[in-house]
Amino acid sequence: MQKTMLLGTRKGLIAYHFNKNKWTVENLSFEGAPVSIAYADPRTGTWWACIDYGHWGVKLHRSTDRGKTWEEITAPAYPEGEEIKDGIPATTRYIWAMAHGGNKYPSRLWIGTDPGGLFLSEDAGNSFQLVETLWRHPTRKDGWFGGGRDQPGIHSILVDPRNEDRVHIGISCAGVFETIDAGKTWALRNAGMRADFLPDPSAETGYDPHIVVAAPTNPDVLWQQNHCGIFRSDDGAKNWIDVGETEGPARFGFAIAVAEDNPEQAWVAPADSDMTRTAIKGALCICRTDDNGKTWKALRNGLPQENCFDIVYRHALATSRDALAFGTTTGNFFFSPDRGDSWQTVNNYLPMIYSVQFVE
Amino acid sequence: MPTVKFTYALNRFFKGLKDTPTEGNTLKEVLKHIDTRYPGIRNYILDEQGSLRRHVNIFIDGTLINDRTSLSDKFSEKSEIYIIQALSGG
Repeated sequence: MQKTMLLGTRKGLIAYHFNKNKWTVENLSFEGAPVSIAYADPRTGTWWACIDYGHWGVKLHRSTDRGKTWEEITAPAYPEGEEIKDGIPATTRYIWAMAHGGNKYPSRLWIGTDPGGLFLSEDAGNSFQLVETLWRHPTRKDGWFGGGRDQPGIHSILVDPRNEDRVHIGISCAGVFETIDAGKTWALRNAGMRADFLPDPSAETGYDPHIVVAAPTNPDVLWQQNHCGIFRSDDGAKNWIDVGETEGPARFGFAIAVAEDNPEQAWVAPADSDMTRTAIKGALCICRTDDNGKTWKALRNGLPQENCFDIVYRHALATSRDALAFGTTTGNFFFSPDRGDSWQTVNNYLPMIYSVQFVE
Repeated sequence: MPTVKFTYALNRFFKGLKDTPTEGNTLKEVLKHIDTRYPGIRNYILDEQGSLRRHVNIFIDGTLINDRTSLSDKFSEKSEIYIIQALSGG
């Protein structure tokens, strides 16, 4: 298990460190500021804080000393004159995803934003440029729309470690896209997904994959917690199948994680329907499948089972070897040393938690 | 020469921020000049398309500006230009 966890919260970046069998706070940075994503680049150990200052705009900071000091970097910005739709200027409203570009490209970083722009840095994050091929995709202006946020947002960026020019991205609401040439061209990858909320549930775009993740041991196996179910692909997103439960809790939610050592093992954090968005019947659980989504087991040992309203945002469930951790919308933070079989409370008094990542 | 005054909230990001005599015939020019004194501050006040951020206000001699997009409101050599955050959030 990696011994540090980075949390992006509504009131700052919080780093926890595991020492003497206990998680304790190592660092608090940007106190009071919403940190949409706290991200550590595993190649360099650099920490990134994506901040959403309500008044002063979206900002980006990095630290090379585990949060002791921070440097502000110019945040991704849309070129002058770009529009979300005709007459609506495009500005960076939120940073919703960050990913490194792989070991072959040590200076490459990707960032996903609301309102739907993907940004690429080839200079270790000193500057970011809009990926115009995706921004000019013929489906964007009419086929993408808000979901979770007012405008379309890129929340998932998956770089294939076998071929780091191959990247999948997830957009709410548009769906999944794939490039095999580092963003020069893009293909839609929505076959098999459903969009029950659309007049045409099998439209070309408009899907709502809340989050998409890839299995580290087989990056062709992708999992997504979708607005309309849990979907898995065994062929690199070419085809998706619904593996959610029809009656059980593993169906609606936002977060999903896949085991580092087993592409058939995954966890979701169920929420009640999209109409209530609370813990189901006031009881919090994580569901795990060990058989590729054929069956799901609700894991509740150590989690609150009454009077609970918590749900888990899309970036706030993480795994590292046997460890699992998640943070909730009401500031509860839980850790499991045994793949979810049992849970320990790390903190009940945190701000709303947006992101959790295990790091060295 | 108009003077720019800042909300205390910007002190968090720009240490030593104080009332600043400035140059320029338009608000855009004024903010460009301020940015040379406090590098990066323009991005805190305006978005990348040059509009005033939604939760930031500018007052000229006590009056809220009208044009938040192209910043065409007039001022004089003796004007005081206040940059203030809207009171919002939680």
